[in-house]
Amino acid sequence: MTQIVPGGASHDEFPGNDVVPRPAGVPDRFENPGLPEHRPRLADIDRKAARRAELQVSLFFVLSSAGTVLTIVGYFVFKLDGASATELEASNFLIGFGLFLTLFGIGVGAVHWAKTLMPDHEMIEERHAVESTPQTKADAAEIIADGIDESGIRRRPLILASLGGALAIAPLPAIVLLKDTGPNPGDSLRTTLWANGVRLVQDPTRNPVRASDIVLGSIFHVLPEGLTVESEYDYLEEKAKAAAIVIRLEVSEVAEEARPGSYAGLVAYSKICTHMGCSVALYEQTTQHLLCPCHQSTFDLRQNCKVIFGPAKRALPQLPIGVDDEGYLLATGGLAGTPGPSFWELG
Amino acid sequence: MTTTAPASRPAVPRATKRTTVDKLADFADSRIGAAQIVKGSARKIFPDHWSFMLGEVALYSFVILLLSGVFLTFFYIPSAGLVQYDGAYEPLRGQWVSESYASTVDISWDVRGGLLMRQIHHWAALIFVAATIVHMARVFFTGAFRKPRELNWVIGALLALLAVFEGFAGYSLPDDLLSGTGLRIASAIILAIPIIGSYMSFWVFGGQFPGESFIPRLYTIHVLLLPAIMLALIAAHLFLVVLHKHTQYPGPGRTNKNVVGYPLLPVYAAKAGGFFFIVFGVIALMAATMQINPIWLYGPYDPSPITAGSQPDWYMGFLDGAVRMMPGWLEFQIGGYTLSGQTLIPALILPGLLTGLLVMYPWIEQWATGDRREHHLLDRPRNAPTRTGLGVMGLTFYCILWANGGNDIIATEFNLSINDITWFTRIFLIVLPPLAFVITKRICLGLQRRDRERVLHGKETGEVFRLESGETLERHEPLPEAERWLLVQHDGYTPIEAASATDANGVRRPGTPFDGVKRRLSRFYFGDAVLPVTPAELAAAHAVQGGHEAIGNGGTDHAISGSADVARTGATRLDH
Repeated sequence: MTQIVPGGASHDEFPGNDVVPRPAGVPDRFENPGLPEHRPRLADIDRKAARRAELQVSLFFVLSSAGTVLTIVGYFVFKLDGASATELEASNFLIGFGLFLTLFGIGVGAVHWAKTLMPDHEMIEERHAVESTPQTKADAAEIIADGIDESGIRRRPLILASLGGALAIAPLPAIVLLKDTGPNPGDSLRTTLWANGVRLVQDPTRNPVRASDIVLGSIFHVLPEGLTVESEYDYLEEKAKAAAIVIRLEVSEVAEEARPGSYAGLVAYSKICTHMGCSVALYEQTTQHLLCPCHQSTFDLRQNCKVIFGPAKRALPQLPIGVDDEGYLLATGGLAGTPGPSFWELG
Repeated sequence: MTTTAPASRPAVPRATKRTTVDKLADFADSRIGAAQIVKGSARKIFPDHWSFMLGEVALYSFVILLLSGVFLTFFYIPSAGLVQYDGAYEPLRGQWVSESYASTVDISWDVRGGLLMRQIHHWAALIFVAATIVHMARVFFTGAFRKPRELNWVIGALLALLAVFEGFAGYSLPDDLLSGTGLRIASAIILAIPIIGSYMSFWVFGGQFPGESFIPRLYTIHVLLLPAIMLALIAAHLFLVVLHKHTQYPGPGRTNKNVVGYPLLPVYAAKAGGFFFIVFGVIALMAATMQINPIWLYGPYDPSPITAGSQPDWYMGFLDGAVRMMPGWLEFQIGGYTLSGQTLIPALILPGLLTGLLVMYPWIEQWATGDRREHHLLDRPRNAPTRTGLGVMGLTFYCILWANGGNDIIATEFNLSINDITWFTRIFLIVLPPLAFVITKRICLGLQRRDRERVLHGKETGEVFRLESGETLERHEPLPEAERWLLVQHDGYTPIEAASATDANGVRRPGTPFDGVKRRLSRFYFGDAVLPVTPAELAAAHAVQGGHEAIGNGGTDHAISGSADVARTGATRLDH
């Protein structure tokens, strides 16, 4: 046990505390001086002051009533049918300010009342230990013991064992029944709509992209053709995996390993961050970096979108591209890797 | 009624006229024993201090959340099904959006008072979490979590954790671009869980992200499951406050065995009840004047677009900051499987550890200090220097993580490199918290020493004398008793002594293997403790200065060294 020193019993080992011999008749500790004398407030002694406080309190309550009227008026003044932003703002302010007066008036009035007019004599209540008396504890223990005894559970181990087993596995259905909350992942985390021959179309216009449209320093956000709200696919789910970008680099800037999938300096990459799946949509033209706004993972386009900063580990997978007879960009295969965040089975 | 009862009926004593109130009181009493309840609790005493309002703010914002939330449920449609928006907000017309997004925009633009309710709900949520955490800090720094209140501390910590989850669930429901991005991150965190991660993600989202199942499921969790659990915990929290009676700050008349303050009826009914209206009123004013989460500007969730400076609500900021701080090499392959340490550590392990430490702290301190007594008098933070140091250390750690959650904003606002900020915060996270501990502890010890000085030497009066011998003195007045009491009332602690291996009879003591650790921990807590002044010390201090008693008019005198000090004091009286 730590020694709890009621003021200076063993001061010796403390540097900075003088060693003081305790003279006879000097107590161990200081005495609690007790509650200070009550000081009356102005309203306690001056009838005028009390009357003033009463008026102030009532004024706040009246203000509250005014606020309620204002709220209701504000509600009916602005109909919000085909509202403009200013009308919405005005309606919001009027109703809100009215409500503020309604509530604040009651609140401040009540607190002011308590502070100025209600008695402010401090009162003392004794505390009692939370712990029960030994007798109560003994009684409680006996009651429990009697209960266990009367149930006979100690004498009938078969009941205890079988009940224990039943209770132990009883929660299993709760887990099993949740199984149907979703299908198994299968390979859906790895597959996207990108495949050889799928055209790249712009998001959101859905226009196909000509190689010549993309000039140095611009970024094109693309989706696989055919992915629309009305299409047979799970729209947002497929989009969350397939969203990609196309950027033009100087041909010499395209990394060696990215060349086969590039087309005349044009490179396409998944824009779903390999860290947590945000959209890697911030493009720095001068450095040819892609930056994810969520956690700042930075990918270098000149290094085949390798991670050069931030919490992502894997490079953004490349989308191999070429052009069709009409000069439109199309995929020449699926993504070079798994888009989006890592998971256990990714390998 | 003036007629007397006929003789045939049993006479009912009707000494006084019964008012409606009397009748209602009787009704309640004969059915639920109301008189006993009133007698037992209506005049309950609560101590007064501004810091006790922090918990009240949290409680009241929770009530406001329930009220405004009910209104929102009348209009909100928890469905991820896509519809073409055709409401009042022009720029969105014709766009394919989820029903939950469309209905949230409708609440804002087409329902009168709807925007106000949304903004009240959102502001109240931010304030709820903030008040919870500040309240927790108050409880920590004043030692209010000590026996017998450890369990209530645990309940509070769970409430804080649930509040964060509940808030996240709430701001995810509108299914706007920002909140959808947050859910994308949540799904990535689930995916990172070893072995079962991808399965769990598919169960939670009902298939691939985002799916159409999650929004309705989240809705049930947000409006039913979590609020019900929180309400139960809050009820238990308040029940324990009543059972234990409120703690109080030390002061004259306040002891560990009493509560000094004002009665529930009428003072606290008016003050606390009124304060609810004040909190509600202020939140209404905020909602009326300060825009929050204008989802119509963000647009519906779409996995492809994103806005720069994507930020979660403030209470998720520390987690986001931790995630941003991680280096990518924490992800690696083991036996053909992928382990994403850079996600698991900040998003699951760190919050788990922090919560665990918080929950365990009362017992950690008890174990280290060996103090298992009941405490109802609060500590002044300076009188628990090690605890205060640890608390500030924790807060520093938290704040660095939180600041890094806004590293992109800091970078653009102050024109700094985001990479540098991230590197600096990584270093800060390791260096600053221990530094904060040492500095805080030193400040506390310094304040304690100053308290001792004030008690031993009293107040400087500014009256300076010169003795015949040429010695210069300033008269000091002893502190008034009430003022002194605050500085000497606390217990002093000394570390555990190393017990000898054998007892008085030469028999080996039954030690535990943790004795050494315990001693070191105890030294850590109390090794450089400053003890409160004792009456003996004060008497001795007076005796030392007693030679000048006659001059000091009963006060104590304190020799000052140089004449420069004399020159500085205003009222210089050299020939007393």
